[in-house]
This record gives sequence, structure tokens and C-alpha cells, in this order.
Amino acid sequence: MIRTKGEKAFLAASHAVLLLITACVVIPFLLLFMSSITDENELVAHGYSFWPSKFSLEAYRYLIRKGSSIFRAYGLTAAATLIGTAAHLIMGSMLAFALSLRDLPGKKFFSFYVFFTMLFSGGLVPTYLLYTNTLHIKNTFWALVVPYLMLNAIHVLLMRTFFTNSIPSAIYDAAEIDGAGIFTIYTKVVLPLGKPILVTVGLFAALDYWNDWLNGLYFMSDMDMYGIQTLLYRILEDIRTLASRAEGASAFATIQIPSTAIRMAIAFVAIIPIVIIYPFLQKYFQEGIALGAVKG
Amino acid sequence: MTQSKRSPAAAAKPAARSRQRRLYRLRRWIPAYLMMLPGLVYFLINNYIPMTGLVVAFKKYNVRTGIYASPWNGLHNFRFLFTTGDAVIIVRNTVLYNLAFIVVNMILGILLAIMITEVKNKLAKKVYQSVILFPFLISIIIVSYISFAFLSADNGLINRSLLEPLGKESISWYTEKKYWPFILIFVNTWKTVGYSCLIYIAAITGIDDSLYDAAKIDGAGKFQQIWKITLPSLVPTIITLGLLNVGRIFHANFGLFYQVPMNSGSLFDVTNVIDTYVYRALLKIGNIGMASAAGFIQSVVGFVLVYLSNLIVRKLSPDDAMF
Repeated sequence: MIRTKGEKAFLAASHAVLLLITACVVIPFLLLFMSSITDENELVAHGYSFWPSKFSLEAYRYLIRKGSSIFRAYGLTAAATLIGTAAHLIMGSMLAFALSLRDLPGKKFFSFYVFFTMLFSGGLVPTYLLYTNTLHIKNTFWALVVPYLMLNAIHVLLMRTFFTNSIPSAIYDAAEIDGAGIFTIYTKVVLPLGKPILVTVGLFAALDYWNDWLNGLYFMSDMDMYGIQTLLYRILEDIRTLASRAEGASAFATIQIPSTAIRMAIAFVAIIPIVIIYPFLQKYFQEGIALGAVKG
Repeated sequence: MTQSKRSPAAAAKPAARSRQRRLYRLRRWIPAYLMMLPGLVYFLINNYIPMTGLVVAFKKYNVRTGIYASPWNGLHNFRFLFTTGDAVIIVRNTVLYNLAFIVVNMILGILLAIMITEVKNKLAKKVYQSVILFPFLISIIIVSYISFAFLSADNGLINRSLLEPLGKESISWYTEKKYWPFILIFVNTWKTVGYSCLIYIAAITGIDDSLYDAAKIDGAGKFQQIWKITLPSLVPTIITLGLLNVGRIFHANFGLFYQVPMNSGSLFDVTNVIDTYVYRALLKIGNIGMASAAGFIQSVVGFVLVYLSNLIVRKLSPDDAMF
């Protein structure tokens, strides 16, 4: 390809800007990781740095030795992510499949029923009161799974559109002639052919579960039931509480707060799953966003 | 004989058969309805029942009797909310921050999208695109850890490695109001610009290449091509995305305004938004009346805005409308 002088200059400028932006994204994560392998005394004396004069793996050793509460939170988040994503996909795809059936009586009503949840919401107060006072979900594992995340209308409608547009109705007709019932069509035809959309939706559902800290914040008072993100939130919150009461610190000296390096190590461990799957699945992330699988 | 015997039976048969067929048809749909049931029940519990619970804003909530049996108290909760003056602050903050986010993400998103599509090296393009999107996938809690590493008063990177060596006095970031509008806009851009960038990349990729070829033959330079072809082609996307975001302007990202400023009381003037206000009123202060009044306003105004913005989107570009 032949480029004019102006085009070359523009391309060079583009690279420069994009490299700068890339650095802006990478550097904070680098700082997070480097401070997790910095010697604690060094952190106290000289603050966070990109290249500490003294490295230490003590934070990670500590996590392995004494991190039972952290592993517990990690495990709870992992379990909630697995169970929640499975429920999200099963409930969502069944609903979407039914809504994609051409002649289903009442289809319009049910589509609107799903869609309307995107327009209007009761907000935190009634939702909180329902889940805590009526359903008594507080401090149970289900509080991490059920509220807010177990299904969302955007995903149902995305799957419905995919099923309607990408699965030829001739396949349905053929299956019907073979005497296959609706449920058989769902398991034998729709699920295999709908794989791309199921992966995309599942990915975003899993991400929402993994990153969620609000269900823990709203519905857990027992720290043993915190997921990893809520635990991280709580640790930082305790530091602030302690700092703002520095004068009377002696009274709070008994509160155990992990050192800076350990905190950063926990935070780093919490993003590892995303870092690992991202390169392999980034196509699905990008497609999902282009489709509108997330609210902006 | 045989005929007369047959005919009544033959006449009865079609009627019975059609009734049977109708029954059969309905019965055929039963599995479909059963498959819908779990999802429909979930929306009932998670969405529809809380919608009816919005009436709590007009009630004096009693824990023992629950929302619906609590006594009415008219507009008392709202009067209380407005007399404190908080209502004005939280609505102002929510709307202004969201407007700033929309504008900055739009401008920067388009700029980066143009640059990324300009890069022809596939690997470089992929790397830029993936890296810019990455912060969007990280929880806001991790973001608050990172910003704390930069801003912490005692050992934060900015105070210790930037201001100290320059001989300047360190800044107590978490108590100084004036910096936070910039910090919040910066953090939000850092976290979400990859998202809008990606949407604009998709739009730019859809532009017909022959337009650029024709422009080149006419001697149009790079900037003229961007100004005359790329930007005009993006207008529908800009308007659609902008309107959809305006529809959500009454809803703030709770974590960004709560945890990134570390819930610091001295910053509330510039960090308190409707969502953080409702949360604090409900769970920290325990004032359900105030929380529900603010939440009610958010739900209703939010609904009107989403509805209106969608009406406009539907007029301009029916494919992008939600309904």
C-alpha cells in the first residue's frame, strides 16, 4: 500500500498516542503487582514504587500459610460464579427459546414482560426489603447468587434474537416431522446451534458474578460469607476507619489489618482469572459489547 | 343404508377432531410455557415485586408489618428529603458527572477508534484494542485499590514519588474536595473508554471503503477524510449511544462514587450521587423514609428519561431502539 506523507505522519501520531494510552492502562496494574512483591518495610518507608530496592514474596507466602479466610472468600465467589452462571444460562436460554417460537400463544405479552424490566426498576430499597425481610436471604450463600445477577432482560432478548435469526425454521419443521417435542428441539437443535451466543452471554454473566461486591455489601453482615471482592472492599474500608480515628488508635490496635503488600497480593490474585481467560476469549468479549450485552 | 349410517358419524367427526386438534395444539405448547416459567418467576421476584414495593416511599415503614401493611404518611418522606437540601446536591452530582462521562467517553472513544482503525498491523491493532478494553472488565474494588496506591496520603505514589522529590507539600487527596471532579472523570474514563471505543470501531469498520478511495483521488488529505467521511458516518452511532446514555443519566455507578473516594465524609459534596445517598440512608443511617423517597424519584424520572430517549432513537434509527 502506498501512503502519502500526511498519512504516514498521521499513522505515526496514532501509534504514539495509542502507546501512551496502553501505558496508562498497563502501569497501574504493574504498580499493583510490584507492590505485592515489595518488602513491607520498604513500602512503609518509601511508599509504593515500580521498582523497589527490596523485593519480597512474603505476602504470597503469608497468603498460602495463613490465608484461610481469603481462600474461603475466593471459593465462595468461585462457587457463586459457577452456580449463578449456570442458572443464568439455563433459565435465560429456555425463556429465550420459548419466546423465539413463531406461533407461541401469548408471545407478545411475555416478551413485553421481560423487556419492561429494562425500563423500570424498583431500586435498592424495595429490593433490599424483599430479599432480607420477606425472603430472609441475609448471610446465606444464596445472597451471592440470586439478587440482581441471576438473569437479565438484555441477555434474554439477545439470545431470543440469535435463536430467531440464526436457526433456520426449516430445522424446526424437520424436527417436528420427526416427532421431536419442543424440549427435544431445545436440547438437540437450539443449544448446539446457539453456542456462540451462549458463550458470550455466559462470559458476561460470569464476569458480573466474579466482580460483584454489592450483594455481599447489601446482604452479608457475617464476614465469613463475603466473596473476594467484598472482602477486599472491607479491608480497605477498615484501613480508612482506622486512619480517621488515628488519635484514639490504641483502642483499635486489636483490629487485624493485612499489610499493604498482602492487600495488593489479594487484589492481584482476584484479577488473575480474568487475566488468564482474557487472551483466549477476547473475541467473545468484544463481540458481546458490540452486540450490546452490557449496559454502558 | 351404509351411507345413511355413516353420515351422522362423519358429520360429528370433524367438529370433535377440530376441538381435539385445538386441545392438542395448546397441549403442544405446555413444554414451552414450562420452560419459560423459571425465568418469568425470577423476574417476578427480582423485578416486579420490588416495583410494587416503591409505594414504601409514601409510607411510614414498619419492620414488623412489612411494606404493604405500613401506614401511609403522604408526602412526608419527600418533604423531609427536600428540606435537608441533599436532594439538590445528589441530583446535580448524578446528572453533571454522567454528562461529563458521556461527553469525554464520546470524544476520546471516537478519537481512539479512528486511530486504532488506522493501524494496519494486525497484531498491534489487536494489542491496542485488548489493552484499552481491559480495565472495563475489572471490578471497581480493584480500581479503588489502584487509585489508593496513587493517592494515599502517607505512602501513595503521587505524594511520595512525585510531589516529595519536587519539594512540594504532599496533598491529603481523600479530604480535598476540589480535586475529585477531575479524579472521578479520569478514573471513569480509564475504566470505560475501551467500551465506547469498541462500539465506534465497529461503526467505522462498517463505512464503505470506496468513499475513502474516491476522496483520495480527489486529493483529500487524512484530516479531510476524517472530517468529511468518518465523522459524518459516525453521527447515527453518536446520537444513538448518546441518547441511550442520557436515558440512564439518573443512575450512577455506585462503586465509582462510593469506594473510589473511600466513602470519605469530607468529599460528600462532590461525590454523593443518588445511588450512594440511597445506600447510606438505608443501610448506614437506617432512614428508610429518606432512602425510599430518593429511590422513588430515581426510578420514576429514570423511567421517563429512558422512555423519551428511546422514542427519539426509534424515530432516528429504528434498528438501535430498545423498543
